[in-house]
Amino acid sequence: MNREKSFNILRTAVAMLAAILVAFVIIILISDQPVQSILIFLLQPFSSGRYLGNIVETAIPLIFSGLSMAVLFQTSLFNLGGEGVYFMAGIVGSIAAIWLKLPIFIFPLLCLMVGAGTGILVMLVPGVLRAKFSANEMVTSLMMNNICYGVGCYVLNNMMRDPAVSTLVSYKYRSAAMLPVIIKGTRVHVGILIAILCAVLVYLFLYKTKWGLQVKATGANAKFAKYSGMNVTKVIIMVHVIAGAVAGCGGIVECLGLHKRFEWTALPGYGFDGAMIAMLANNNPLGVIGAATFVAYLRVGADLVNRFADVPTEMISILQTIIILLISAEKFLHKYKQKWIEKDVQIGEVQNEGVH
Amino acid sequence: MSDYILEMNHIAKIYGNGVVANSDVNFNLKKGEIHALVGENGAGKSTLMKILFGMEQPSRGEIILRGKKTVFSGSKEAIASGIGMVHQHFMLVESFTVAQNIVLGMEPKKGLFVNSEEAVRFTKEMGEKYNLPVEPEEITKNLPVGLKQKVEILKALARGAEILILDEPTAVLTPQETDQLFEELNQLKKQGHTIVFISHKIPEIKQICDRITVMRSGRTIETYLCEDVTEQQISNAIMGCELNTSIERKVKKYGEVNVHVENLSYTDKSGVQILKDISFNVRKGMIFGIAGVQGNGQVELIDILSRKRAVQSGNVTFFNQDISGLNQKTVRELSFGYVPEDRLEQGVASSVAISENMISNDLENNDFQKYGMLDFRKIDEFVNENIKGYEIRCAGGAQPVGMLSGGNMQKVVVARECEHNPDILIAEQPTRGVDVGAAHIIHKKIVQLCEQGSSVLLVSADLAEILKLSDVLAVMYEGEIVAFFESTEGLNEEKLGLYMLGIEKHTLEQMRKAVN
Repeated sequence: MNREKSFNILRTAVAMLAAILVAFVIIILISDQPVQSILIFLLQPFSSGRYLGNIVETAIPLIFSGLSMAVLFQTSLFNLGGEGVYFMAGIVGSIAAIWLKLPIFIFPLLCLMVGAGTGILVMLVPGVLRAKFSANEMVTSLMMNNICYGVGCYVLNNMMRDPAVSTLVSYKYRSAAMLPVIIKGTRVHVGILIAILCAVLVYLFLYKTKWGLQVKATGANAKFAKYSGMNVTKVIIMVHVIAGAVAGCGGIVECLGLHKRFEWTALPGYGFDGAMIAMLANNNPLGVIGAATFVAYLRVGADLVNRFADVPTEMISILQTIIILLISAEKFLHKYKQKWIEKDVQIGEVQNEGVH
Repeated sequence: MSDYILEMNHIAKIYGNGVVANSDVNFNLKKGEIHALVGENGAGKSTLMKILFGMEQPSRGEIILRGKKTVFSGSKEAIASGIGMVHQHFMLVESFTVAQNIVLGMEPKKGLFVNSEEAVRFTKEMGEKYNLPVEPEEITKNLPVGLKQKVEILKALARGAEILILDEPTAVLTPQETDQLFEELNQLKKQGHTIVFISHKIPEIKQICDRITVMRSGRTIETYLCEDVTEQQISNAIMGCELNTSIERKVKKYGEVNVHVENLSYTDKSGVQILKDISFNVRKGMIFGIAGVQGNGQVELIDILSRKRAVQSGNVTFFNQDISGLNQKTVRELSFGYVPEDRLEQGVASSVAISENMISNDLENNDFQKYGMLDFRKIDEFVNENIKGYEIRCAGGAQPVGMLSGGNMQKVVVARECEHNPDILIAEQPTRGVDVGAAHIIHKKIVQLCEQGSSVLLVSADLAEILKLSDVLAVMYEGEIVAFFESTEGLNEEKLGLYMLGIEKHTLEQMRKAVN
C-alpha cells in the first residue's frame, strides 16, 4: 500500500481521536456527572434506531456540501460559496414546491432540478469572475453569501411568508413535493440515496473521465494544464457548475426532506461544514460519505448530551475546529512519519541487497 | 588530525516520501583541492551536498569538519562553519544591486539604516581580494549569466566560505565564460580554498579537478585521482556499464516546409526589441538546431511558436497555415509537440500520476476512451510501453511524477511529446541537467521522430548536443540569427562560441540560406 496514503488515513484517524479526547476534557470540566455524560456522548447515538436515523439524516446535507467542496478543492479553488447556494437553492426550490402543482415523483424531481439550477447560477458568479477576470474566488464567494442571504430574506419576508404563523416561515409545501421517508420509525428520507448517487457520479467524473483529469491537472499546475492544450477557463467554469449543482441539490433536499415549510432565517452553515468534510475526506468523493457520517455522529452525540446531561451543544464547534486544525497542519505527526518511513526502508534495503 | 578538512562517513538519507537518496556515502575533501562529484541524475549528489550545506539532516552517518564531529541543523550554521554553496539556479534578488545582494543579511549599518557606501566599498574590496571584479552598483538582473555566477561565488566568499560547493556551474556558460571561470577557480584554489565541483561534463572535470568521486544509486562508488583515469573510465563508472552514446542517423531526407518563419520581430513591454527580423524554414525530416547563449531571444521565439506570445510583426506558418490566430490548445490540434525548458514550471503536474501526465496532451484521442470514460487498460498499456522504452525508473504509472528524479521526470515529458507522433516538435533544452544515460535515450527518440518524417526545432545552449543532433544549424545573438550552417561538419564548440558571443558574423547571403 502507498505509504503516503496510509499515513494520511492514520493522521485523519488521530485527528478524530484527538477531537474526541478534547470532548472528554470539556465534559469533565463542566459536567456534574462526567462519566455518564461521556457515555451518553459516545454510545447513546447507537442505542436506538431513531438515533441512528438521526445520524443519517444529519449526514445527508453534509455529504452534498462536502462533495461540492471536494470538487472545488481538487481544482485548488478555495470557494466558500456553499452557504449562499444552500440558502438560495432552498428559497427558489421552495417557491416551486409551494406554488407548482405536479404529480408525485415528478414534482420533487423538478424541485431538485430547480434547486440545482439555482445553485449553478449562484456559483457561476464567482466562477466566471475567477475564470475570466482572475478575481479571487474566496472573496467573491463570501460576498455572494451575503447577497444570497439578503435577497433570500427579502423574498421570504415579502412573498413567501405565511401570515398565519407567528414565526418567520413560508407557506406549507405541497405534500406531493416532499421527499418520502424510506425507513419507518425514523426521518431518513430518500435524500440519502440521492446523496450517495451524487457521490458516485462525482467520483466517476473526477477519477474516470478526461474532464476529471483536466480538473486535477488544473488544480495541480494550471500552467501545465494550459501548456498541455487544456482550456483552463472552461475547466474552472465547469467545476463551478458541478459544485453549484451539487450544493444546490443539497439545499433543496434538506428543505423537502426534513421540513414542511422553508424555515431557515439565517445561513445554515453547511457551506463551511463542507470545507471541513472535504478536508477530512482528503477531497475523495467516496471518502466524503464517511467523513460526513462521522461529523453527523459527533453532532448527534453532542445533541444528546445537551438533552440528557448538562453539556451545551456549542461544544461541537470546538471539536470541529480542532479537527480542521490538526488535519490542515501538514507537519502534524511529521516526525513520526519520517521515523516510520526510515524503519520501513531499512528493512527494504536489506532485501534489495541481493539485487544490486 | 587527519589530512582531510572534511569527512562524511556512511551518510544515509531517506526522504519523507520514502525515497532513499543516499544509502551509504563516504566523501572526503583535502584542503586546497578541486574535487569533482559526478553521477547520474538521482544518484544522490544534490542530496549529499544539501546535507553538507545543512539544508537536510542525514538519517544516519557522521560529518567530521576540521577533525571535529559536526551536526548542522540549518544552512546558517554551515555558512558560519565556512561552507558556501552556489546553486544551479541562482539565489539572487534580481531587482537588487550587486552590492545589496552581497551584503544581504549582514548589511553594514549606519544608525538604523543600511550604510550603502560601506556596502559598495566592501563589495569592491572583496572583488579585488578574490580577483572577481564586479560592478557593485549594477542592478543584478541586467547582468549576463556569467557575471551573476561571479556575484554568487563572491557572496559565498564574503561570508567566509573556505569550502565552496558549485552545482553544475558551467551548464549555463559559453566555452569562453567557462575558461574564465576555471581561471578564477584555480586562483581560489591557490589561496587555499577547497572546491566541490558538481558536473555532468567529463572533459571539464579532467581539465580542472584534482580528484573525482563517482556516485551511483545513492552510494559512492570510488574516488580517483583525476590524472589516473580516462574519460571513458569515468563514464563507465558513472553508468556502471559501458555506454555507447553515438547515434546513428539512418534516414536523412528533407520534404516540404513544415515551419516557416519570415521577418519575425518582437518588442517587449519595456520597448526593448528582443527579436530582429528572424527568418528560417524547417522542412519535413529535418532537425533544425538553434544555438546561442541563453537570453538572446530564444525563449521569446519559442513562446511565439508555442502560442504563448502574440505574433507582433512578420509571418509564421505551420503546414502553410498562419498560426497568429491560434492558442496553446488549437496549435496542438495541428499535430504539434513541445518539450519545454522548465519541466517543473509547465512540463509536469508533479502531484499527479505519471500515467496522467503522459496523456494530458492527447485527451481527445478516441483510443483512450470507452463509453465516454477513460479506458485505463489502454492508457496503462501505452504508459507501460513508454516506461520501458524510455527506461523511466519508477514504481509504476500510478506514482506521482514529483517523486521522480529530474532526469526521469524529463523522460516523462519527452515521452508525452514524442510518442503522440507530432509532425512538428520544438525541443527546448531537452537534456538540461539530465545525466548521460537519460540524455542518450532522449536524443535517440528525437532522432527517431525526425526519421519518421517530423520537423524538429532544437533550441539548446548545450553545444555538444546541438552539434550531435542538428542537420542544419543557426546561431542566435541579441535577437538575430547571426550565422547559419547547412551542415555541422567541421564545426566545433570553439568556432560556434565565437558566433554566440557576437565576435563573428556570417554574411547576409549565407544567412539567407536558412530560408531553404
